[in-house]
Order: sequence, then structure tokens, then C-alpha cells
Amino acid sequence: MNVRLYVWQRLTAAIMAPLVLAHIVVIFYATRKGLSAADILARTRGSVVWASFYGAFVVAAAIHAAIGIRNVLSEWSPLQDRGAGMLASAFGVLLFLLGARAVIAVVLP
Amino acid sequence: MTLGHLRHRQSVLWIAALVHRLSGLALAVFLPVHFLTLGLAIRGEAPLESFLRWSDQPLVKLAESALVFLLMLHMLGGLRLLVIENLPWRGGQKEAAAIAAGLSAAIALFLLARMF
Repeated sequence: MNVRLYVWQRLTAAIMAPLVLAHIVVIFYATRKGLSAADILARTRGSVVWASFYGAFVVAAAIHAAIGIRNVLSEWSPLQDRGAGMLASAFGVLLFLLGARAVIAVVLP
Repeated sequence: MTLGHLRHRQSVLWIAALVHRLSGLALAVFLPVHFLTLGLAIRGEAPLESFLRWSDQPLVKLAESALVFLLMLHMLGGLRLLVIENLPWRGGQKEAAAIAAGLSAAIALFLLARMF
């Protein structure tokens, strides 16, 4: 892993730590009476705060996961750095697109 | 490779590093599924509600608690690394790794108990 990727992985980790804690708190709150789509969407639809929260989460997670996958592929698979980087980048882009779609699905009024 | 070369793999901190990597891999596999599930709401409330009712099965609840366990484990393991790399060295790393695992298990079990 080069220095640029190392810094991005640590930076996204530091950004995500409080987001993960908040997400766990939300999970506990949301499951107190059982999960329902109506409750989830009532909380998130039209909310700029939740859009920003989950938008930032998706971006940080896509970058962090892609770098992690690249490290695993280059250390545990026969792929060379270039191949591992391309596969991991594709995974990061897929994660970002699916995540962005999920955020749009739950926050758009 | 001799047994002597593998001795370091009995260390709590080597196991912590492996667990950090494997939990990260498992979360990376889970995330696309999680996003696809939430994305069901793009076609309205009903598809998401239908999935959530399917997820009421005990095995799915167990899997959700396991994912919360992995998420906590990966986050606390990552925080331990950030502290090691950015703050002056302090001892008790094995204890810190054990506390991270214990706390993660406690939170996941608490969630599991609440869901049943």
C-alpha cells in the first residue's frame, strides 16, 4: 500500500468511527418496537441531516472498503498490484453507486 | 515452513489483526446487499416493508446481530490501530484487543435479546 492509499484509509476510518457509533445507536432506536418501512422512511424522507449523514457514510465506506479489498487481493491472491487495484476500484465504484441509490431511495420525499 | 515460523500466529495481537481483516472482508461482502435492500424503497414503501417482514425470521435476526458484532469489532479494532499509529505507544494492547472483542459481543448480544 502506498502512502496516499494509507492516508486515505486512515482518514476514512477516522471519519467513519463516529458515524458507525451513531449508526449503532440508530439501529437500537429503530428496532425498539420492531423495524418497519413506514418508521424508517418517516424518519429519513426529506431530511437533509440524514441525507448528509448517510451520504458521507457511503462515500467514506466505498473508499475505505476499496482500499481494504485492494490490500487483501494483493496480499492473499495471485493478482499483481495493478490487477488488484483495478478490481478494488471497480468494487469501490459499485459500492458508491449502490450506496448512493440507497440514500436517494430513503431520503427523497 | 517450520512450526517455529508459525509461533507468532498464537499471539493475541496477530489474531486481532486477522480478525480485523476478516471482519472487514465480511462487511465488504455484506454492504452491497445492505444497499440493495435499502434501495428497494426507490419503488415505494411496500417492497421495503415486504423485505423487512421476511427479515423477521430468527435466523435473519441472528445474522443481523452477527453483522453488528462484526461492525463493532472492525471499528474498535480500527480505533486501536489509529491510536497506536497516532499517539505515543502505550502498553496493554492485548487487553485492549480483548476488551474490543468483549464489548462488541456484549452489544451484539444485547441487540439480539432486544429483537426477540
